[in-house]
Amino acid sequence: MHTLFDKVWRAHTVRELPSGQTQLFVGLHLVHEVTSPQAFDMLRQQGWTVAFPERTFATVDHIVPTKSPSRPFLDVTAEEMTAALERNCREAGIRLFAPGAAGGEHQGIVHVIGPELGLTQPGMTIACGDSHTSTHGALGAIAFGIGTSQVRDVLASQCLALDPLKVRRIDVNGSLAHGVYAKDVILTIIRQLGVQGGVGYAYEYGGTTIGRMTIEERMTICNMSIEGGARVGYMNPDDTTFAYLSGRQFAPSGGAFDRAVEYWQSLASDQGAQYDDRVTLDAAAIEPTVTWGINPGQSVGIGERIPDSADEEALAFMGFAKGGRVEGTRIDVAFIGSCTNGRLSDLEEAARLVKGRRVAPHVQALVVPGSQAVSRAAEERGLPEIFTAAGFEWRGAGCSMCLAMNPDRLEGRQVCASTSNRNFKGRQGSPTGRTLLMSPAMVAAAALAGEVVDVRHSLEQVGA
Amino acid sequence: MPPIISISGRGLPLHGDDLDTDRIMPARYLRAVTFDGLEDHVFEDDRAADPNHAFNDARYAGASVLVVNRNFGCGSSREHAPQGLARYGINAIIGESFSEIFLGNSAVLGVPCFVADKEKVEQLQALIEGAPETIVETNVQDGTVSAGSLHFKATVPTALRDAFVSGQWNPTAMLLDRFEEVRNVAGRLPYMSGF
Repeated sequence: MHTLFDKVWRAHTVRELPSGQTQLFVGLHLVHEVTSPQAFDMLRQQGWTVAFPERTFATVDHIVPTKSPSRPFLDVTAEEMTAALERNCREAGIRLFAPGAAGGEHQGIVHVIGPELGLTQPGMTIACGDSHTSTHGALGAIAFGIGTSQVRDVLASQCLALDPLKVRRIDVNGSLAHGVYAKDVILTIIRQLGVQGGVGYAYEYGGTTIGRMTIEERMTICNMSIEGGARVGYMNPDDTTFAYLSGRQFAPSGGAFDRAVEYWQSLASDQGAQYDDRVTLDAAAIEPTVTWGINPGQSVGIGERIPDSADEEALAFMGFAKGGRVEGTRIDVAFIGSCTNGRLSDLEEAARLVKGRRVAPHVQALVVPGSQAVSRAAEERGLPEIFTAAGFEWRGAGCSMCLAMNPDRLEGRQVCASTSNRNFKGRQGSPTGRTLLMSPAMVAAAALAGEVVDVRHSLEQVGA
Repeated sequence: MPPIISISGRGLPLHGDDLDTDRIMPARYLRAVTFDGLEDHVFEDDRAADPNHAFNDARYAGASVLVVNRNFGCGSSREHAPQGLARYGINAIIGESFSEIFLGNSAVLGVPCFVADKEKVEQLQALIEGAPETIVETNVQDGTVSAGSLHFKATVPTALRDAFVSGQWNPTAMLLDRFEEVRNVAGRLPYMSGF
């Protein structure tokens, strides 16, 4: 009677270290340009080499300019960081997906390309120098966000020194109302359990609502586990998972796929597995959700008022008042993208609302696909035309305005309706810029209206 | 590596819950291939917005023990945040709670994060504000903090505590120590051989 977390942890345990921590083997290491160059430098200084170069894959995402993504980048620093990653990967024999080179067509946000290439698989341990690595748990992997010194450790030894986590089972049962999405579910979970409620835990998500979700929806939920303090989030692998993986480039095929499915099924948490904590949510009670504050736990249902217990600093920064509403807030920017909501289904959901309509004149609206593959799939479905006809900018793949390490950023006190994952002060590039987190459909509706609206009404209007 | 058992220095009281890594180190300073110079940008936007920010306060110049509140270092896994603090001269952090990734990233740099009761943390912050010259003494092994007349329990998670005390807080050498065992585990995992 064990959880998937316990089974995967045990299968990857090398030994207990003298320090008391566990030495854990890492099955897949993903690397990007921002948190890796210092790790490669540390490796060189020590005279160490990369232990399992075939288990590491790299891409560029954080700093990539999305307006003119051809090489060399006009942004000198972005070009320098990309060139450093190219050099490091070449020396170590690591596969790199970067614009302007072989494999460049696979470039994208690291948490989007891992699953879409079939690199992410159930029962793997995965590490990446990025806190949203929890995303990969949607396929039944145990995925850790790590710091740069740990990137060095994984490069040198393919291992991490870690303490085991407790497991909290979060069941979401019932049907989500029309206009309520995976993003609303995870924002509600974080609101209920708090931004540090998950410290020390892995979150195992289940229940009938989660069971009916697509892998892309599950990724949205796992992605934001870390915003609730949980370093790891996952769902047990099921038929949806196996169907998703079938035929993907790095997934097993033929007889190997059948053997893999059998193995993956054996890893799912046992009936009667013991959990350190259990929480249950009623899906029907979840409203379209939007943040009013400066951390992802500070949110309300769109029909709700900001609570009297609201944090004063957050209210002052955002310009909201206790008892006020977020609905009706004028926005300046609408951002659809990121590792949270930059996949094809997210863009399709937004496009349903946008088709044949116009973005409000005062709003800058952009769509940034999570990967070049997402971009190509969207093109096949005619999505860029729908968005650009409505007044959205259609950009190249990258992290973009989620964290503004490229030229896409807020100015001054602009308000951004955003599908990303963090509404921290300064997150979107302006120290005084304001972020309202919500689902892609909510962002699309806000872009059209020029203010935050209840997407359920917008969907009614377009008969969707 | 040397054992890290006791760290002492003047304190720097920084108020606020949920101080995230974007505030500790704004993302624009991650546009570089080294950690050099990050110490100049610690809390840069918060400091610009608030002249009275603790990191602007001359009374705390040279302080090396940071005292924070709840969920410090939440958000990104960017090591740039603890790197910036360590390079600024912070050798130990005492707080009510920390993000897990931040706490681990700090440990690898030899900076222990001590967890203490809310009330004690607030008393320590007040004490430092009243007498900035007070030396704050921390002990990883015993899990204690002392400053002036204030003495309280402040613990580092057990495995990290042992790692500090035994001088094994930077684990790479340990991870490489018995590499044949790593190869054994790799050999047993079905996906390593394509099922």
